[in-house]
Amino acid sequence: MSADTTVDNSATDDNHGDGETRRDFLYLTAAAFGAVGAASFAWPLVDQMNPAADTLALSSTEVDLSPIEEGQAITVVWRGKPVFIRHRTAKEIEEAQAVDVADLRDPETDGDRVHEGQEKWLVMVGICTHLGCVPLGQKNTDVKGEYDGWFCPCHGSHYDSSGRIRKGPAPKNLGVPEYSFVTDTTIKIG
Amino acid sequence: MSSGNREKLNNPMMEWVDSRLPIFSLLQKEYGVFPTPKNFNYLWNFGAIAMVMLVMMIVTGIVLAMSYATTTAEAFNSVERIMRDVNHGWMLRYIHANGSSFFFIAVYIHIFRGMYYGSYKQPRELLWILGVLIFLLMMATAFMGYVLPWGQMSFWGATVITNLFSAIPLVGDSIVTLLWGGFSIDNPTLNRFFSLHYLFPFLIVAVVFLHVWALHVTGSNNPLGIEPKGKQDTLPFHPYYTMKDSFGVVVFLVIFAGFTFFAPNYLGHPDNYIPADPLVTPTHIVPEWYFLPFYAILRAITFDIGIPLTSIVFIPAKLGGVLMMFGSIAMLFILPFLDKHPVRSACFRPWYKMALIIFVVDVFILGICGGKPAEGLWVPLAQFCTAYYFAFFLVIIPFLNKKEPVLALPNSINEAVLNKKVA
Ligand code: HEM
Ligand code: FES
Repeated sequence: MSADTTVDNSATDDNHGDGETRRDFLYLTAAAFGAVGAASFAWPLVDQMNPAADTLALSSTEVDLSPIEEGQAITVVWRGKPVFIRHRTAKEIEEAQAVDVADLRDPETDGDRVHEGQEKWLVMVGICTHLGCVPLGQKNTDVKGEYDGWFCPCHGSHYDSSGRIRKGPAPKNLGVPEYSFVTDTTIKIG
Repeated sequence: MSSGNREKLNNPMMEWVDSRLPIFSLLQKEYGVFPTPKNFNYLWNFGAIAMVMLVMMIVTGIVLAMSYATTTAEAFNSVERIMRDVNHGWMLRYIHANGSSFFFIAVYIHIFRGMYYGSYKQPRELLWILGVLIFLLMMATAFMGYVLPWGQMSFWGATVITNLFSAIPLVGDSIVTLLWGGFSIDNPTLNRFFSLHYLFPFLIVAVVFLHVWALHVTGSNNPLGIEPKGKQDTLPFHPYYTMKDSFGVVVFLVIFAGFTFFAPNYLGHPDNYIPADPLVTPTHIVPEWYFLPFYAILRAITFDIGIPLTSIVFIPAKLGGVLMMFGSIAMLFILPFLDKHPVRSACFRPWYKMALIIFVVDVFILGICGGKPAEGLWVPLAQFCTAYYFAFFLVIIPFLNKKEPVLALPNSINEAVLNKKVA
C-alpha cells in the first residue's frame, strides 16, 4: 500500500462526521467472521463426543420367548442396556389393568404399554428413570416393591406390574422400547 | 512482576538471570520477606498442605497412567496389575486413592477456616470465589478418577451422576448422550473421562496460581480478622511461616501415611473390587465419602414442587434434587455477598459462631445420611439438615447482618498478641 493511498483513506474517514466509518464496518465484519469461524471450529470439538457412527449402527435384537414360563422374566441386552421381558401371570395383568390412571404420576394404561392380544408379554428397558440403576424384580427371589413389580434400591422407586412408577423419586414409567412380534413367540427389539 | 526497583543480587549467575527475568526477586518478594500477620494459628497450614497434596496427586497420577489401560475390557485388570506386578505399583495407587481423600480433608478444613475467620469478606471476595472454583474442579476430577478402575462403584456411581443431567428440561437427554458418547456408560465414556481426568488437575494448578496471586494482592487474613497496621503486626514469611507450614505438612503426611500403609482401603468401598457389570446394580450405591453431604442433599428432595392439590408440577422431584445439590455449592460462591456484617472473625461474632458450628455439625449429619440407604428416618433427617444448610446462608446470615451486635475489636494484632501473653 503506497503512502498516497493511506492519506486518501484517512481523508475519506474524516468525511464521515458521525463517527461511522468504513473502517468500523471492516472491524465489525472481521470480528463477525472470526466469531463464526471460532464457533464452527468449536462445534466439531463438542460434537465428537456424541455417539460415533459405529455406536449408532446398532443392530436390533431378536428374542425367542418360548422358553419363558408364566411368572418368569429374562433380561436381554440391547444397545448396551438391559431389557426386561416378563411373562406376566393373570394376577399381575389384572392388577395392572385395575389401576385408576388418573392416580398415576406418569399416566398410561396397561394397554398403552403392551401389544394388543399379547398382554402377557411386558417388554421394557430395565433402567430406572430416576438416575439409571437397574431395578430389582426380575428374579422370583428379588424384592418387588409395594406394587408387585420392580423396586429400585438406589433411591427407593417402586414400579407396578406394568412397570409404571408408583412411589419414590423416579419421574417416569420404565420405558417401552420399539419392538414387534415376528412370530407369536419371537420379538424383534429396535 | 515488574523489575522496577530490583535490588542487585550478589551471585553473578543469579544476577544475570534476574536482570533478564526477575524470578529470584519475585520469590524473595512473595515468599521471602512477604509480610504475614504474626498471629496465625495452625488452621493457616492447610493451604500449603493442599498444595502439597495437589503435587502428590499429579506425580502419582502421571506414573499410574504409564501402566493404566483405558478400555472397558482392560481397565480393571490393569489396575490389579498395578497392584500386584508393577514395581511399587500398590504403593503408588494407594497414595493416589488415599491422597484424593486427604486432599479433600485439607481443602474442607481450609474452607472451614475461611468461613470461621471471615476470610471471604471484602477485599478477599475474588480470592474466595477462585477457591470455590478449585473445589468444584477437584470434585469433577475426583469423580472422573473414581470411574477409571472400572469397578462396580465406578460404573454405577458414574451412571447415577451423569444421569443427573437428564433432569434438565428439554435438553437433558441429549446432554447425557453427549457425555456418554453412546446409550449407556461404556468404552467412549471411560476414554473421555481419562482424558479429562488427566487435564483437570492442570486446570486446578492454573486456578491455584490465580488464587495465590489474589492472596498476594490483598495479603492474608488472620484469626483476629483485623488488617495488619504496620511492621509490628507482621513477620516475614521466611523463615517463620515456611517453617510452620513445613511442620504442619509433616504432621499431616504422617497421618496420611498411616492410612495409606495401614488402612489403605478404609476410606474406599469393597464393591469397587468387583469388575463393572452393566446388568447388576449394587444394592447400595454410595459415592466417595467426600461427596456424601451433597449426595444426601440430592436425595433429600423426594417430592415434586407445584401447586398443592393439583397435578401441576413446576419442579419434579428429580430436577429439584439436582438443583438443590448444585445450589448448595452455589451458596459458597455467593457467600461473600450474603454476609455483610462488618466484623470478619467469628471470635468477635458469638451469634455467627454458634450458627456456623451448627452448620458444621449439620454437614456431618448430611454426610452420614448420604451414606445410608434412602429410607426410614434417614429421609426426613436429610430433609431437615438440607433445610438448615440453605437457611444458614439465605436466612441466618442475612438476619445477622442487621441484628448481630458489632463488638469492639482489638486496636492491633500486636496489641492483642501482647495482651494475651500477659494475661
Ligand atoms: C486433583 C488431582 C487428582 C485427584 C483428586 C485424583 C483422584 C483420583 C481418584 C479418586 C482415583 C480413583 C482411585 C481408586 O480408587 O483407585 C483416581 C485414579 C486415577 N488417576 Fe487420579 N486424581 C488426580 C490427579 C491425577 C493426574 C494428574 C493423573 C495423571 C494422568 C491421574 C491419573 C489417574 C489414573 C491413571 C487413575 C486410575 C488408577 C487407579 O484407579 O488408581 N490422576 N484419581
Ligand atoms: S436410580 Fe432408581 S431410584 Fe434413583
